[in-house]
Amino acid sequence: MLPLIGLLVGIVVGLLLEPTLPLALQPYLPIAIVAALDALFGAFRAYLEGVFSDRVFVISFISNVLIAALIVWVGDQIGVGSQLSTAVVVVLGIRIFTNAAAIRRQLFHA
Amino acid sequence: MPEHGSEPTPRQPAGSRLWHSLARPGRGQVIAAVILFVVGLGGAMQIRITNTDDAYTNARREDLIQILDGLGSESRRLESEIADLQQTRTTLEGGADSRRVAEEESQRRLSELSILAGTVGARGPGIRMRITDPGQKVTASVLVDAVQEMRDAGAEAIEFNDSVRVVASTWFSSDGTTLVADDKRLQRPITMEVIGDPHSLEEAARFRGGLVSEISGPRIGGAVSIERLAQVEITSLHSQAENQYARPASAAPTPR
Repeated sequence: MLPLIGLLVGIVVGLLLEPTLPLALQPYLPIAIVAALDALFGAFRAYLEGVFSDRVFVISFISNVLIAALIVWVGDQIGVGSQLSTAVVVVLGIRIFTNAAAIRRQLFHA
Repeated sequence: MPEHGSEPTPRQPAGSRLWHSLARPGRGQVIAAVILFVVGLGGAMQIRITNTDDAYTNARREDLIQILDGLGSESRRLESEIADLQQTRTTLEGGADSRRVAEEESQRRLSELSILAGTVGARGPGIRMRITDPGQKVTASVLVDAVQEMRDAGAEAIEFNDSVRVVASTWFSSDGTTLVADDKRLQRPITMEVIGDPHSLEEAARFRGGLVSEISGPRIGGAVSIERLAQVEITSLHSQAENQYARPASAAPTPR
């Protein structure tokens, strides 16, 4: 229950206070969000399988976000930023679907 | 998960573990809540940026360069269009200017010709000549002579008795002792108002053997009084009947 409340509070705070990210970081926010979603699905799957560890969760979340942003940043530096961000989104999307399938099997046994 | 003492054993079914944790949150849930808070915050931020900010905020450098390039060529195109339109405007202004000059010129000619044709009143310096002939011997030909003399002296507008405006088609006749001009009877004494240079007009009337000597001579026995006026007002108009037969042969040649 607490994670859901945290998510809702985050959305509400983001909508009401309208915090702004530094301009230099704004191109990496969408990629970071996709990476965070991947980490969240992975954590939920681990939780349902009974192997959830908050330490692993925090580390995987932060490293996912950082690595995704870093890949896109490097891509921007060498001129293939848009292609690399597409690659990151595809890979993370595949992972999200895999995790979602595992979650579905755990919850509905189907 | 040894650190979660209150949690059920890992081998319990997933669904029941989910329900159990909803009732009794642990440390992992707090951490997950914090991280989800961050994700929600970031998501809301990104959605707001995508929705409200213009398309250029998230555009990459190459896209921006392309957009800038497009804007540059667009502005060059618009600048050349502006130059074209300004040239057109200059041309049109010049056209309007020459048109205005032509209009003023024709207006000036119109007022000149209107005075000549007697369709407008006229005023200016001139003379008033009063012809008295007790013997009623002034004839139409004398009046024609008088008009001719005045015209020779540069008369620009002539009027008899405040009622007959002398124009190109004016005629005089005498019916016995009655003088008629343009179908109107001229009462004696005859008053002639002439606009022109007063000095020349008076000299033209008074020269030896001229109008004055003819009238005051023994054959007519009349008298002529002439006053020079700084302002003579001619108000009678000649009504021009529409030409029945004569038409302009062609447009007047444009002077070059």
